[in-house]
Amino acid sequence: MKSLAELQAIREKMLNQVNLRKDREDGIRVVVGMATCGIAAGARPVLNAFMSEIEKKNLANVTVTQTGCIGMCRLEPIVEVYMPGEEKVTYVKMTEDKVARIVTEHIINQKPVNEFTIGAAE
Amino acid sequence: MKELSLHILDIVQNSIKAGAKNIEIIINESTADNLMTIEINDNGSGMSKEFLKKVKDPFVTTRTTRKMGMGISLFEAAAVQCGGGLDIESELGVGTKVKASFELMSIDRAPLGDMAETMMTIISGSPEPEYLYRHTKDGKVFELDTVQLKEILGDVPLDMPEVLSWITGYIKEGLAELNI
Ligand SMILES: Nc1ncnc2c1ncn2[C@@H]1O[C@H](COP(=O)(O)OP(=O)(O)OP(=O)(O)O)[C@@H](O)[C@H]1O
Ligand SMILES: [Mg+2]
Repeated sequence: MKSLAELQAIREKMLNQVNLRKDREDGIRVVVGMATCGIAAGARPVLNAFMSEIEKKNLANVTVTQTGCIGMCRLEPIVEVYMPGEEKVTYVKMTEDKVARIVTEHIINQKPVNEFTIGAAE
Repeated sequence: MKELSLHILDIVQNSIKAGAKNIEIIINESTADNLMTIEINDNGSGMSKEFLKKVKDPFVTTRTTRKMGMGISLFEAAAVQCGGGLDIESELGVGTKVKASFELMSIDRAPLGDMAETMMTIISGSPEPEYLYRHTKDGKVFELDTVQLKEILGDVPLDMPEVLSWITGYIKEGLAELNI
């Protein structure tokens, strides 16, 4: 059973990782569109798949954030990946099962999955 | 939308956009009354009387990326389709209350869906406001209050992956105790 005491323990563990915040600030960003259009198209499970994949693979330098509607509703769920020093890559019509490949091939091995990008969709 | 929890995620985005510092998500399920209510209350910017009158109309929005604002009208449709309705109270400078009611046992009622995932998504996207999630089912209560979590966490931010996954697990287990 998850308890508040367990949260206390997480806090203690985190406090010892002093570089944590810095890692996160200079790192890779994954941005998921979470307006009505994105949510209706399935953005929530996509975001959750990124979170669990990143936690599973222990990628401390990757943050997952959210944004509103960017005006391309028919291509939602949309995910943008920002690697430091690179152009952003926009993935469209995302689904949960595309997430693992993006994490392994793009985020870890730095090769965008072209077939899922906006360029391939249009 | 397939789940009521997705509507909740969406309606809370309105509260966040309105600059709310405190957001309450109150769900009540009563088998005896065959009633489910979902309330989202915030202390954001609120809406004027004139705007409030027309806010359920899908062509009313202050967004600039498209001409339609669908969130509230979709939530209302989800309530109306199972014999319920949607009520909004709002005051400029004070805040907004959105209350939807549903016939609990109606076959036309969308399932509640994954509230743990919805809360985790809300908190990770906007960790600054305080959230109170209170879920009552036939008298039993589950509650998650970020004020309390932040007291325990101190300097450790709420949106760290380990903390977020604790939150997801805590909600899942808490709701399971209520047979949700
Ligand atoms: N909690 C709130 N506080 C203040 N204003 C609100 C609130 N909820 C809704 N509004 C106003 O009502 C409008 C319509 O809301 P609605 O959720 O239906 O559409 P939207 O948010 O504009 O677009 P969408 O939900 O489709 O992304 C909003 O643009 C906003 O101006
Ligand atoms: Mg909205």
